[in-house]
Amino acid sequence: MSLKTLLLLIPLLPLAAAAVAGLLRKQVGRAGSHWVTILGVAVSFFLSAYVLYLQVYQGMEAQNLSIYTWMISDGIRFEVGFLIDHLSVLMMTVVTFVSLMVHVYTIGYMADDPGYQRFFSYIALFTFSMLMLVMSNNFLQLFFGWEAVGLVSYLLIGFWFKRDSAISAGLKAFLVNRVGDFGFLLGIAAVLYCFGTLDYSEVFGRAEGIAGETVTILAGFEWQWITVICICLFIGAMGKSAQAPLHVWLPDSMEGPTPISALIHAATMVTAGIFMVARMSPLFELSDAALSFVMLIGALTAFSMGLVGLVQNDIKRVIAYSTLSQLGYMTVALGVSAYSAAIFHLMTHAFFKALLFLGAGSVIIALHHQQDMRFMGGLRKQMPVTWITAWVGTLALIGFPFMSGFYSKDAIIEAVHESSRFGSDVAYWAVLLGVLITSFYSFRLLYLTFHGQPRYRVDVGAGHHPPDGVLQHAPHESPLVVTVPLILLAIPSIVIGYLTIGPVLFGGWLSDSIHVLPQNDSVAAVGHHFHGPLAMATHALGTAPFWLMISGFALATFIYLFRPSVADLLQQKMPRIHRILENKFFVDELYQKIFVSRTINIGNGLWKKADAGLIDGVLVNGSARLMGNLSARVRLWQSGYLFQYAFAMIVGLIGMIAIWVMLK
Amino acid sequence: MSSTWPILSVLIWLPIFGGLAVIAVGEHRAALARLMALAIAGVTFILSITLFTAFDVSTAAMQFTEFKPWIATFDIFYSLGVDGFSVPLILLTTFFGVLVVIAGWEVIQVKVNQYMAAFLIMEGLMVGVFSATDAMLFYVFFEAMLIPMFLVIGMWGGPRRVYATIKFFLYTFLGSVFMLIGLIYLYIQSGSWSILEWHQFPLTLSVQKWLFLGFLAAFSVKIPMWPVHTWLPDAHVEAPTGGSVVLAAIMLKIGGYGFIRFSLPITPDAAAALDWLIITLSLIAVVYIGFVALVQQDMKKLIAYSSISHMGFVTLGLFIAFAVFQNTENGRGAALGVEGAMVQMISHGFVSGALFLCVGVLYDRLHSRMIADYGGVANTMPWFAALAVLFFMANSGLPGTSGFVGEFMVILAAFQANFWYAFLAAITLILGAAYSLWLVKRVIFGEVANQNVAQLEDINAREALVLGTLAVAVLLVGLWPEPLVNLMHASVEQLLQHIQQPKFSVSGI
Repeated sequence: MSLKTLLLLIPLLPLAAAAVAGLLRKQVGRAGSHWVTILGVAVSFFLSAYVLYLQVYQGMEAQNLSIYTWMISDGIRFEVGFLIDHLSVLMMTVVTFVSLMVHVYTIGYMADDPGYQRFFSYIALFTFSMLMLVMSNNFLQLFFGWEAVGLVSYLLIGFWFKRDSAISAGLKAFLVNRVGDFGFLLGIAAVLYCFGTLDYSEVFGRAEGIAGETVTILAGFEWQWITVICICLFIGAMGKSAQAPLHVWLPDSMEGPTPISALIHAATMVTAGIFMVARMSPLFELSDAALSFVMLIGALTAFSMGLVGLVQNDIKRVIAYSTLSQLGYMTVALGVSAYSAAIFHLMTHAFFKALLFLGAGSVIIALHHQQDMRFMGGLRKQMPVTWITAWVGTLALIGFPFMSGFYSKDAIIEAVHESSRFGSDVAYWAVLLGVLITSFYSFRLLYLTFHGQPRYRVDVGAGHHPPDGVLQHAPHESPLVVTVPLILLAIPSIVIGYLTIGPVLFGGWLSDSIHVLPQNDSVAAVGHHFHGPLAMATHALGTAPFWLMISGFALATFIYLFRPSVADLLQQKMPRIHRILENKFFVDELYQKIFVSRTINIGNGLWKKADAGLIDGVLVNGSARLMGNLSARVRLWQSGYLFQYAFAMIVGLIGMIAIWVMLK
Repeated sequence: MSSTWPILSVLIWLPIFGGLAVIAVGEHRAALARLMALAIAGVTFILSITLFTAFDVSTAAMQFTEFKPWIATFDIFYSLGVDGFSVPLILLTTFFGVLVVIAGWEVIQVKVNQYMAAFLIMEGLMVGVFSATDAMLFYVFFEAMLIPMFLVIGMWGGPRRVYATIKFFLYTFLGSVFMLIGLIYLYIQSGSWSILEWHQFPLTLSVQKWLFLGFLAAFSVKIPMWPVHTWLPDAHVEAPTGGSVVLAAIMLKIGGYGFIRFSLPITPDAAAALDWLIITLSLIAVVYIGFVALVQQDMKKLIAYSSISHMGFVTLGLFIAFAVFQNTENGRGAALGVEGAMVQMISHGFVSGALFLCVGVLYDRLHSRMIADYGGVANTMPWFAALAVLFFMANSGLPGTSGFVGEFMVILAAFQANFWYAFLAAITLILGAAYSLWLVKRVIFGEVANQNVAQLEDINAREALVLGTLAVAVLLVGLWPEPLVNLMHASVEQLLQHIQQPKFSVSGI
């Protein structure tokens, strides 16, 4: 099998599996649909891992392959092809691994769902789309994958299509993403304008050539072309990776089934924006202005979304806000040119955040779809595996030394500290305080769910739809198809950082795909102090992030394990702050007012006033009326009375003679 | 290339005479009428494929030409030929010729023979429009094809069909009168009706401007452009499903084709001078109509407005070339715009045709087009829901579907001319998704809205065949547009070279 065939199989196997599970659902049956998709994704994972092995241990060069010519127009070749280097192969392996875990988990989670086969079809289709996105060697295919994952995300958020909240959330996700894609498409158009091609390698090769070239978009403002390109592309990333102010869709996306919250809205799709910026590092490196913008947006998201996470009661929403905040960290890293640190955090985050979501899902099925943490508590006894793996995920998320999240997050904080880019001091404070916040909400979640006393009661006679806080059956640990993926995700959540930080971050492992100018290289500056993962962890014990994390832990432990009344007290003492946070800074309400209702008003105004009123009412029907009136008058003449016709003829004749005489 | 047999004539007259034969079988032998119509449309489509296979993509010259005197006194010839612009459109016409026959199979129960005949005759006349190279012949086809359409709306249409038909008639008639004056003027000046000779015929700028406006009157109504678009929603609403499909999928394209065949090459300098007008109107169509589509409560009206917005991309793509030449040194983007406009026309044919068929499927069952009467259709019609979502996604320009390709090309081209053109055009990404998917949300998803929806039956084999074929077409063009654009390269290149040479300096006037 040639390398090209092998690479083609990686995305095509999940696609074929999706087609079989979706279109032949009668023929393959329920079990058939999960077997075929799991098989497809599993083979795809092993092939990805094999390519990773080839690249890491066999020294295989980066591969730039064309698969087919999509179109040639105006002398521009639009290709479909793969760029397989360390960055893409890392993404491929992470995506297929998490996807595989989620596939297996779904067997348990969706066991009773009537849309079982449709669900497997969608997640396999998602895997295909995401692979097309990360494997692409050009902007066209990138955009294809970009929108295709958005499509599947839309379908999966609205998976339970009878629920109005779910389909509204799906629509919202798609539209907000389209706002981002609007910028993204303009960015791609700008790339074509500046470089005449959409091929990565050609664009990156010519990137320096346009440095300094400017354009006047608004009169009086001169912009560097490269800045325009980067900011437009980044707007796309803001949509997909849910950066403020385009973050509003991600919390609502929790309406979808939990496995996809783990796969799409935590581990993979939402990190596509991060991946894209890292992929475009040769362009972003040339624009300090764009990078500052990226950094500040990331800092804003990392800090503010963490704050909102403090007061949420829905277990999935807490994790969703945590995801937003962590995506903010990655974005900040991009903004200080620490692309490899961003990718590194992307990878560790994929494992531990998928773990946390799947753990939350395990709790949710145990409690019969109760997601409100106010009706949980004490589950550690009934659900030991879920409990322990949730601890692992939490420790990784807060960046506890030796855990994977510690290495990636600490590297970002250090890189921001080393950077001297405009705004990096603000970003530094944001990511630093973010550690405290992360730690607090993470432990709050852990305690409210697994520790303390149960805040639900079991009532066998409660019926099928008992009120909140009442369960028909006592909760119990989830089946193996659920717990095994939890364990398999917990392992990398612990060790992957320790094992890979050396090579990935400081060993130049990503240098074949990521390009950093020497003067911007904040990761290298951090690397000067790096003496192995062990030393990094021990050294951290004396630094600010560690103690901030401990403070968050202590505070959460005090409040939620020992003095639950303090939380209520705080809420009463600071009602305004609580209200703002609980309402997520009122962003949704603001958008509703500014965009949604106004858009409808504009539409109605244009339709009723301009289209129906002016054009049809006055111009079309008006002229029709005019003609009608005229012809009504003219018709009077056609009465059929001979004397009238004769009279008219005489008048006409006289008139013509008169004109003839006068003209003579 | 001269063909050994007159394929174009066959494609025109086979459906026309076939249609007459179908009328002749009488009203009471509906089954026979259907079968005959299917056979005729099928054979026509199969024969038309030879246009694609035998077409020489390396030349911009007319191919499969036929040339016979017709009305010698006025130098009118029966002269046919096709190039890279007409072949895709003819294939689209013959393709839909088959689909509308199948789509109307058991839906139409009254005067089946006349219904089928009207569509066959219309098909032949539309092929005639796309292949006539004599202006008078073109004009005859151009006007004649409206007659079956009026009949279709007038006889099988909805309650306000008379208003809609008259509005449609007045609009298009008024437009084409101005064109006719232009054509007669050109004949008097040049002594020929040959469109190709007119391409080379020198004209002063001011004459060109008058002619340009005359053509604009005809084609802007047909395509339609803002603000002469208001006939379209009414016509669609009252037309039966098949009428809407042909109207949206093919008739609108005749407007775009007219710009390519007449406005740009005959009056290139006027087009260059007035391109700002077309660009402005196109961008208004994209944005303004996008907003209007959002608030429609009638599914057919929504799709009709969406069509107008999508046609904005066609006119934008065609006329962006002049601005591209001005803004860039190498003119990169001009061909992209024209080819994008062509792809947009073909794709819109598939997508809007499919969407009207989807509405037809629902209308046949519940006899309502109102969004509010539906909700939760996916519960009872899962296969229909899957196909409808695909088509609405294509309508909102999802990559991988044909709807993306044309918009993408035109937006890229517009950016080469001016950032703000691209900016405004790209707003369709948001608006198009908003009106398409909001409709999907209200009609397809949700709880079963009422008793009627609860009793819906999923699409039958015939409907699945029609929609499935279109789904394949939509995906095929989306995933591999190369064969389609490859047909056009030579013709586009020639057109662009032609419009860059001032016509008035050639002869020194």
